[in-house]
Amino acid sequence: MATQHSRSAARLMMAPAVVLLMGWMLVPLTMTLWFSFRRYLPLRGGDLGWTGFDNYVRFVSSSSFWPSIQATLIIVGGVLAITVCFGVLLALLLDQPMWGQGIVRILVIAPFFVMPTVSALVWKNMFMDPVNGLFAHLFKFFGATPISWLSEASLASIIMIVSWQWLPFATLILLTAIQSLDSEQLEAAEMDGAPAIKRFWFIILPHMSRAITVVILIQTIFLLSIFAEIFVTTQGSFGTRTLTYLIFQRVLESQNVGLGSAGGVYAIILANIVALFLMRIVGKNLDA
Amino acid sequence: MARAVTPQRKAINTTLAWAVGLLIFFPILWTILTSFKTEAQAINDPPLFLFFDWTLENYSVVQERSDYMRFLWNSVIIAVGSTILGVLIAVPAAWSMAFVPSRRTKDILLWMLSTKMLPAVGVLYPIYLLFIKLGLLDSRVGLVVVLMLINLPIIVWMLYTYFKEIPGEILEAARMDGAGLREEILYVLTPMAVPGIASTMLLNVILAWNEAFWTLNLTAAKAAPLTAFIASYSSPEGLFYAKLSAASTMAIAPILILGWFSQKQLVRGLTFGAVK
Repeated sequence: MATQHSRSAARLMMAPAVVLLMGWMLVPLTMTLWFSFRRYLPLRGGDLGWTGFDNYVRFVSSSSFWPSIQATLIIVGGVLAITVCFGVLLALLLDQPMWGQGIVRILVIAPFFVMPTVSALVWKNMFMDPVNGLFAHLFKFFGATPISWLSEASLASIIMIVSWQWLPFATLILLTAIQSLDSEQLEAAEMDGAPAIKRFWFIILPHMSRAITVVILIQTIFLLSIFAEIFVTTQGSFGTRTLTYLIFQRVLESQNVGLGSAGGVYAIILANIVALFLMRIVGKNLDA
Repeated sequence: MARAVTPQRKAINTTLAWAVGLLIFFPILWTILTSFKTEAQAINDPPLFLFFDWTLENYSVVQERSDYMRFLWNSVIIAVGSTILGVLIAVPAAWSMAFVPSRRTKDILLWMLSTKMLPAVGVLYPIYLLFIKLGLLDSRVGLVVVLMLINLPIIVWMLYTYFKEIPGEILEAARMDGAGLREEILYVLTPMAVPGIASTMLLNVILAWNEAFWTLNLTAAKAAPLTAFIASYSSPEGLFYAKLSAASTMAIAPILILGWFSQKQLVRGLTFGAVK
C-alpha cells in the first residue's frame, strides 16, 4: 500500500520526464500550428501576416502533393508487404532445428544495426550503380543490359533498400511470437494428421496475428518518416518525393515555412491515425 | 521446444537458413571486403571476392583526409550522452510508475508513447528555429538534448517493463525492516534493476547512433556525427568505393558488435511490451 508520502514522492519523481516531454510536444507543435496559418518566408520578407487556411489549401492543391502521397503509399505498402511476408517465412525457418542457429540469427539481424546513411550509400554505389555496381555485373553476366536502378526503377530501389533494413526487425519480432507458441498444440495437430500447411494456416498464423499487427503498425510509423534513404540516394527526384521529403524541401530548401508547416500538420494527422490503432493494442497489453 | 527431426531434415534446414542468412548479410560483408581493396580493385570487372591484395591504406586515408576521429567522437558523445541523460531522467519516472502506480499511470505511459509517434518533419522548422535562437545549431549539446527527448519514451517504457518484473514484496520487506525511500532505492532496487538499465542503455545507444533525421538537419561541420559524415560521401566522393567502404565499416562496426548483444532487448524496446 502506497502511503500519502510515497505518492507525492512518486509524483515528484515523474515530474522531470513528464514536463520535458510535455514541452517537447507542445512547444514545437504550437509553433508549427502557428506558422501553418501565416505567410512566412524567412528569406523573402519574413513573416507576412495571417493567411487563414491558404497554406493548407495550397499544399494540397500543389502539383507535387498527390504524387508525394502516392510515393509514400507505394514505399510504405511495398516495404510492409515484403518485410511481413518474408519475415513470416524467415521466422518459420529460423524456428526449425538446425546447426549454427545463433550465427544465422546474427547474420539475419545485422542489417538493422547499419545506420541508414551507410546502407543507402552502399546500396546506391556498390550495388545499384549502372556501371560498377554488383547488379550491373550480374546483369552483364546473364547477358542483360544493366539498368540505372535509382532513376529507372527508383521506387523499387528505395523499397528494396528500406526492406533490407526492416526485414530483420519483422523477423525478430515474429520469431519471438512463434517461439511463444505452445508446442503441444502443434504436436496434437500433427498426430491428428494435419499437414504442415494446415498447421501453419490454422495454428501458427492465428497465433502470430497480433505480432504481425504490431509489426505493421510500428513499421508504418517509422516508414512514414523515412528520410535519410531518400536524402542520400535520389534527393526526392525520379518520383521518390515522399510526403516527409516534400515537407522537408518546402521548409528548409525553399524556405516556405508557412506552406511546409501546413504540410507538417497533415503529416502529424496521418501519423496519429496509425498511432491510434497501435496505442489501442499496447494499452490492452498493459492491463494483462 | 525440442521436436525430433530426421538428420536429413535438419541438414536441409541448415543449408537453407545459412544461404538466406548469408544473402541478407552479404551487403555488409561486401562493404567490409571492399574496404580492404585498392580503388582499382574495388571496381574491377569482374568483381573480386577474396583474391586481391589486401590493404589497410583506405582506413588511413579516410582518417587523414576527413578527420574521421572527430566525427566518431561526435557520434560517441551524442549517443552516449543522450542515453545517460535520458536514463537519469527516466529511472525515477519509471520507478514511481512501476512501484507506486496510480489511476493515471497507464494514461501517462500511453501519452509518453504517443509523443514518439510525432513525425519529426512536422516539427522540423520550430526545432530548427529554436536551435538558431538558442545558438544550438551544429552543437553537440543541442543534439544530445534532442536525441534524449526523442528516445525518452522508449527508455521510460523499457525501464518500466523491467521494473515491473521486480517483485513488490521485496520492497515491502525492506520497508518493514525500516528502510527509507533512499535506502530502498540504493540498496534494494538498484542492484536488481542494473541488468534492465544496462540493456535499456545498450538499445538506446544503438538508436541514437543511427538516428539520421535530426543529426542530418541540425548539424553542419562542427558537431556532425558519423551519419552526417557518411552522407557527405553522397557525391562525388562516393565514387571512391574502397574509401566509402572503409568509412562505412568504421561507422557500423561498433554498433554491429553492440547490436549482437541486444537482440532480446530489441523486441522489448521497440514493441513497447506489446510482443513478449
